[in-house]
Amino acid sequence: MSVTSKQSSTDLALVGGRLATTDEAVTLVIRDGRIASVGRPEPDQQAKQTVDISGCLISPGFVDLCCNLREPGNGQKGNIASESRAAAHGGFTTLCASPETSPVNDSGAVTNLILDVSAKRSSVRILPIGAITRGLEGELLSDMAGLSGAGCIALGNGSRPVSNARVLRRCMAYAQTFGLTVMFSPENRALAADGYAHDGLVASRLGLLGIPEVAETAAVMEMLLLAEETGVRLHLSQLSCARSVDMLNDARQRGIAVTADVAMHQLLFTDLALAGFDSRYHVRPPLRGESDRLALIAGVRDGVIDAITSQHLPHDSAAKQAPLAATEPGLSTIETTLSMGLMLVERGELSRQQLCRALTEGPASVIGRHAVIEPGAPADLCVFDPGASWTPSARTLCSVGLHHPFPSGSAPAVSLPGVVRLTLCNGESVWSSETD
Amino acid sequence: MTAQDSPTRSLQLTEEGQLRHFLTLDGLNRALLTDILDTADSFIEVGERSIKKVPLLRGRTVVNLFFESSTRTRSTFELAAKRLSADVLNLDINTSATSKGESLSDTLLNLEAMASDMFVVRHSQSGAPHFIAESVTPGVAIINAGDGRHAHPTQAMLDMLTIRQHKGRFEGLKVAIVGDVLHSRVARSQIRALQELGVAQVRVIAPATLLPRDVEALGCRVEYDMARGMKDLDVVIMLRLQKERMEGALLPSEREFYRLYGLNQEKLGLADPECIVMHPGPINRGVEIESAVADGPQSVILDQVTNGIAIRMAVMSMAMGGQMADRNRQSAERNAL
Repeated sequence: MSVTSKQSSTDLALVGGRLATTDEAVTLVIRDGRIASVGRPEPDQQAKQTVDISGCLISPGFVDLCCNLREPGNGQKGNIASESRAAAHGGFTTLCASPETSPVNDSGAVTNLILDVSAKRSSVRILPIGAITRGLEGELLSDMAGLSGAGCIALGNGSRPVSNARVLRRCMAYAQTFGLTVMFSPENRALAADGYAHDGLVASRLGLLGIPEVAETAAVMEMLLLAEETGVRLHLSQLSCARSVDMLNDARQRGIAVTADVAMHQLLFTDLALAGFDSRYHVRPPLRGESDRLALIAGVRDGVIDAITSQHLPHDSAAKQAPLAATEPGLSTIETTLSMGLMLVERGELSRQQLCRALTEGPASVIGRHAVIEPGAPADLCVFDPGASWTPSARTLCSVGLHHPFPSGSAPAVSLPGVVRLTLCNGESVWSSETD
Repeated sequence: MTAQDSPTRSLQLTEEGQLRHFLTLDGLNRALLTDILDTADSFIEVGERSIKKVPLLRGRTVVNLFFESSTRTRSTFELAAKRLSADVLNLDINTSATSKGESLSDTLLNLEAMASDMFVVRHSQSGAPHFIAESVTPGVAIINAGDGRHAHPTQAMLDMLTIRQHKGRFEGLKVAIVGDVLHSRVARSQIRALQELGVAQVRVIAPATLLPRDVEALGCRVEYDMARGMKDLDVVIMLRLQKERMEGALLPSEREFYRLYGLNQEKLGLADPECIVMHPGPINRGVEIESAVADGPQSVILDQVTNGIAIRMAVMSMAMGGQMADRNRQSAERNAL
């Protein structure tokens, strides 16, 4: 990738690249933060700055429906500046921030704080998700209208279930009053109990406490029935089971307004990753079996699952330095999400088009936005080289969380496909592999 | 995942296939298991001498690191280490630094700084010895003395030694494990050892609430009915019923469990007349086994206790040998550079 500058009326021209979805060679002209034209592959003579992106693909910037930024609160695990920079490195330009902060984002004041800090320190666009219950405790309704007014794009309970079905029903009904989307990670806490691994053969063999599939599917069914009754727009976050995909599909056939996402690591790994008690793969919901993994991939392929998320959950190293059961769940993934997706493309499990759709248009539509490359659209773009590779390490990663899902430490280094060369957010370069 | 490609294999075996740690029986082949049994056999005689010591671990420091209480296992490990002439340090972790908030990693660093050579670890969480083995400095051997629900490999090996003493073989035997398989680290290790050593059939006999998910895929035949399960058995291994588990709605009562799954003379009569009765202890008499059977002619429960010392001597001496071989190889590699 090379850059040339020239005094001109046009801000930026990207030349020599191809659209990730169609492979069409294009020259992209960007002016005042927006895409000015998507034209024939010719150098733009008017561009102030021309960037040669030969060999690279251009995608709309990725949209993440589930990202933990750790701010306010857990500064030792990350902050808006570090994690948004990691996001830009991963090709993401929009992050929906989990309400699981400290204090919990359950008031307009906290939402304003997040937006203020984001405006000053974030590399990418941050869209807060408000807590649907006060303190995420699952008992009292939060100030939903206030949260929405302050800028929350949806409401949810983070990774914590609303165990009381009556409260859940009222959450949905009240949110529906204001036309708000509700996002829930389906888990029946009583059935999940103290588990931390998929309740299957690996857990049986290693003596790990299992979370059965029915802990998710029972919650999915409950949420679908309540959404049908209340008419709320429901988004199911972080599905992990084949049966959940079936139920989602059936619900859509019945006309229920429901969307869903899956974390990228659920598409690549199974519970076998825990066979060596590797605490990095302690995630929630747990990594499940191969048949579940295949069903989730089919769900993405068919569009039943709308979006792939990073489910980025950065930790400090102490959180993962303990016997498996004593570690905190979560992976630091936002910088490796694209590479993981390209691994699925290499295996033939997803097409590049399906991958891009699930990282861009799919999640954007869940929150009522668009992620497209067309004149007039915001210049939120990810330029990546699918043929190049990189190695995640403390030197190459921007996140505070270094527990990425690939071999590290004394293990042989792994080479991941796909390098993000350039990330533009509102036309501004927030990541460039040449300068970072 | 097969036993051979277990990620633990490279952690607990040296490049030459010697024991470096003893964490689980997963990934250990029949030859190595037989080697452990043969080595243990050779140590039984040490316990019969007037001076019960051999100098294999002289000058070595063994730390018994018990994060969970145990009397029998800790005593037999301590005796085994002393019979190998090691210096032994017993740490009661309940009153130590971890209870004051120190992390396990920091506790280990301190113990390593005292130049320990071996940690014998019991922990309530599955995989804790793996974590410790990955964390400690090379050269320190980790022996698993029971972790969570995962493994109790020395207990399983002493059971195998007892079976071999009484039956003379493993091939063709039908063995049943009865009771709380779900919570039993002993059962998981026994199942693995029995299969690797070539028994004809392993049965698990328990109500569905006390069986792990997909237990059939571990290679076991599941029997919910004790009478059917006891038929033609050569070995019956009773497990301790963890009474505290009954509060989780796993069983209606001890009495019902005993009526359905407790071993008495009548049920034992359904097995082969030469069937031996085993129990890893401690026994709940009248809950999982009746006294007449526990103390009867077919019981080999006290032999298991005796064999525990020999097995632990074997495993400790073999792991220390593996650590030494590792150290010598690394030293030779350094010299060659």
